Amino acid sequence: MKGDGVVIAGAGQAGFQLAASLRAEGYEDPIALIGEEPHLPYQRPPLSKAFLAGQQEADAVALRPGAFYEQHRIRLMTGEKAVEIDRAAQRIRLASGASIPYEKLVLAVGARVRELPRNGAVYLRTFDDAVELKQRLESAGDVVVIGGGFIGLEVAAVARSLGKSVTVTEAQSRLMPRVVAPIISEFYRELHTSHGVKISFGPDASSRPADLVVAGIGVIPNVELAAGGGLAVADGIVVDEFLRTEDPNIYAIGDCAAHPNPFAGGRVRIESVQNAVDQARAVAAAIVGRGHPYRAVPWFWTDQFDIKLQMVGLSGGCDRVVTRGNPESGKFSVFYFKDYRLIAVDSINRPGDHMTGRKLLAAGSQPTPEQCGDESVDLKSLV
Amino acid sequence: MSIFGRKTQETANIIYISHTGDTHQIAVPVGDSVMEGAIKNGIDGIVAECGGSCMCATCHVYVDEAHLALLEPMDDTETEMLNATAAERRPNSRLSCQIKVTQAIDGLIVRMPETQQ
Repeated sequence: MKGDGVVIAGAGQAGFQLAASLRAEGYEDPIALIGEEPHLPYQRPPLSKAFLAGQQEADAVALRPGAFYEQHRIRLMTGEKAVEIDRAAQRIRLASGASIPYEKLVLAVGARVRELPRNGAVYLRTFDDAVELKQRLESAGDVVVIGGGFIGLEVAAVARSLGKSVTVTEAQSRLMPRVVAPIISEFYRELHTSHGVKISFGPDASSRPADLVVAGIGVIPNVELAAGGGLAVADGIVVDEFLRTEDPNIYAIGDCAAHPNPFAGGRVRIESVQNAVDQARAVAAAIVGRGHPYRAVPWFWTDQFDIKLQMVGLSGGCDRVVTRGNPESGKFSVFYFKDYRLIAVDSINRPGDHMTGRKLLAAGSQPTPEQCGDESVDLKSLV
Repeated sequence: MSIFGRKTQETANIIYISHTGDTHQIAVPVGDSVMEGAIKNGIDGIVAECGGSCMCATCHVYVDEAHLALLEPMDDTETEMLNATAAERRPNSRLSCQIKVTQAIDGLIVRMPETQQ
């Protein structure tokens, strides 16, 4: 009810950002930030990169120190799971039995790993997973990584950098098959094999014993809380362009939110830091009365060995790709088109192209494939 | 409750000045970034959305002239990302996630811009 403030279910990147942004927007009512994990809100990217490699300490993974929440009057409740929404009474019940009233409820409940029907494989999603994986890596001689997507390849790169014998098995015929063009898949196949990672493709590739088997085969959105409350779910919690569910007092943001996205041309879930942060900001603005449709340009990155792949836009459904620069030089970008419209840019060692790509997509500019592939054309001038 | 503890180690002093003039001197562990020194010590004015991956330009700072030349030169990614800062880019603009704290920059002064987004 009015004055009960905002309750945020989920204390990950999106939940944290929402709490922080609400206070930054001048919101004065109570904020409760409820997280299932027993840790301060933390960022996930380092768990498959610097933290896993032992180059970053645990305290660098937390998004803010504990004092931040007290200073900003954010009631952080860790180790608590929201289990039932009573929409009529506007209360949320926790597994521990507590019932918390809300004026607005935001579901930032994220996703959980998809698991293979087998024992023994280790997964990587949470801080505790990363701590365990780090320990297991230390004593492992050979490592098999099931899944040639971002998580699998980042783990493979870390394991190989630690001197382990590493094999990646990918069920499709190329690496990162749903998200990058074949020319980038090939660049990464060469990158990994040149570092001594063995890669095998095909549906039967995954059966192989090893000291350590790590699986990175995607995540499933946590829709159960929303569904239990009678809210529509369809590969995520269904929301509109303002990130509201059908209940005007309930929003969903981050990895769990199935939202209409102009860059996807339809409803999607985006699993990224950028999406979590920007959706949190959008809902904070909405709650203080400055709502706007969510139209943030999606961007993403992956770090494998010493290469950073910067991605902007969403390339799914592309019908044409153009390369700018030469992959052999280790500096190139790929521009993705659909119906002659630029929809995404992937860049390796060409951060200028990445930043121009963000501007082009934000502005809805229509450079031609020929212009994008022609290095004598200054893309900034086409924004 | 929190397992995010820390071993003690060598530090260098970094001075953070907000756009309104609030000044804080922090002993930041050598090897941490200037950004981490701010975040871990509750200094407002540095946002660091991407956690230090040189992808978001929300850790933008203005570095004092005396220390600017002592910093490691910026790489291409930082150079390009600095074009995306919310506040004006100046010759002494740097991304604080890319400034590693060392004894050589003890006494570094960074001024936070009015906005990071």
